[in-house]
Amino acid sequence: MDNEKPSLMKLFWTFAKMGVMTFGGGYAMLPILQREVVEKNKWCSDSDILDYFAVGQCTPGIIAVNTATFIGYKQRGNWGGIIATLGLVFPSFVIISVLTSVLRRFEGNSSVKMAFSGIRVAVCALITMSVINLSKKSIIDVPTFVLCVVTFVCMVAFSLSPVVFIAVGIVWGLFFSWVKEKRRVGQ
Amino acid sequence: MIYLSLFWEFFKIGLFAVGGGLATLPFLFRLAQTRSEWITVDDISNMIAVSESTPGPMGVNMATYTGNTVGGLLGALSSTLGLVAPSIIVILIIARILEKFNGNKYVNWAFYGLRAAVIALIAYAGWQVFRIALFNGNHLRITETVMFGVILFLMMKLNKKVHPIVWIGVAAVLGILFKLPS
Repeated sequence: MDNEKPSLMKLFWTFAKMGVMTFGGGYAMLPILQREVVEKNKWCSDSDILDYFAVGQCTPGIIAVNTATFIGYKQRGNWGGIIATLGLVFPSFVIISVLTSVLRRFEGNSSVKMAFSGIRVAVCALITMSVINLSKKSIIDVPTFVLCVVTFVCMVAFSLSPVVFIAVGIVWGLFFSWVKEKRRVGQ
Repeated sequence: MIYLSLFWEFFKIGLFAVGGGLATLPFLFRLAQTRSEWITVDDISNMIAVSESTPGPMGVNMATYTGNTVGGLLGALSSTLGLVAPSIIVILIIARILEKFNGNKYVNWAFYGLRAAVIALIAYAGWQVFRIALFNGNHLRITETVMFGVILFLMMKLNKKVHPIVWIGVAAVLGILFKLPS
């Protein structure tokens, strides 16, 4: 990960590009984040991204923005964080500002509606791909597998606040790592 | 001043909405009550449609949209900056703290569990989109939608090098060709 640090301009445009390509909430950003930040620019690893998401999840603010600030900060300090965030919101700002003026026509158009129904399906498939990719490195044993399944089922059944499972994840991780260490020491 | 109050209202949303863009929704509904001269509940449903179907994080889109409706371009600027300001402040502080503890055994232990939970939360977000994709609109085309999704997924698996935006474009065109319900 010790590549040359990107310039602030580069940070701004990389995140602006991600802003254009992301449809929907923070998680929809994940596949694009993986591609741009991990694969193309190699600013961090897959598991780093998950850590940023975990932090973004349980801190105030929108996950996508939090993640952008985090990655920007890691690259170029405070200004990096600020510039990356401004880059991310820049396209939204321009597009929505233009759109509000033509909103009526846009809403009624049935082709546009059908196109977005298609996009939603693609977003589902992309998220599924991401989940599979990320699982390879993080669902590594029985405790992580059980936690993942239980969390998903509880979310579907009770739609609790994600913060609950972030807390559970921390306690779970601490406990089972401790158990594993004890076992290793005991042998 | 309207720009200041826009900034402040969205600063509060940015500070208290924890999670994805959808987490900002309850706060917007609250805003429709406390600031009924700004937005109505009807506005919010329009906003969701526009925010979900335009590029960019949903929460940011909704902030820009509200700001624009209330106070034009400067209004949009105020609300958007208001929304992201708490994130920037909080994350810059947290990143610093985490750096200090990087490599710490207990931090690693915690993240070992955290990652598994986050994967489940991401899968859940996918599940929510999936439900909207299937059940929003008439139910007649569920088979087509599922088949369409499976085909897209298999195509992605076979062509991993293709950029996600290509799949979004392909899906938009296919949505029109298959006349998917909205």
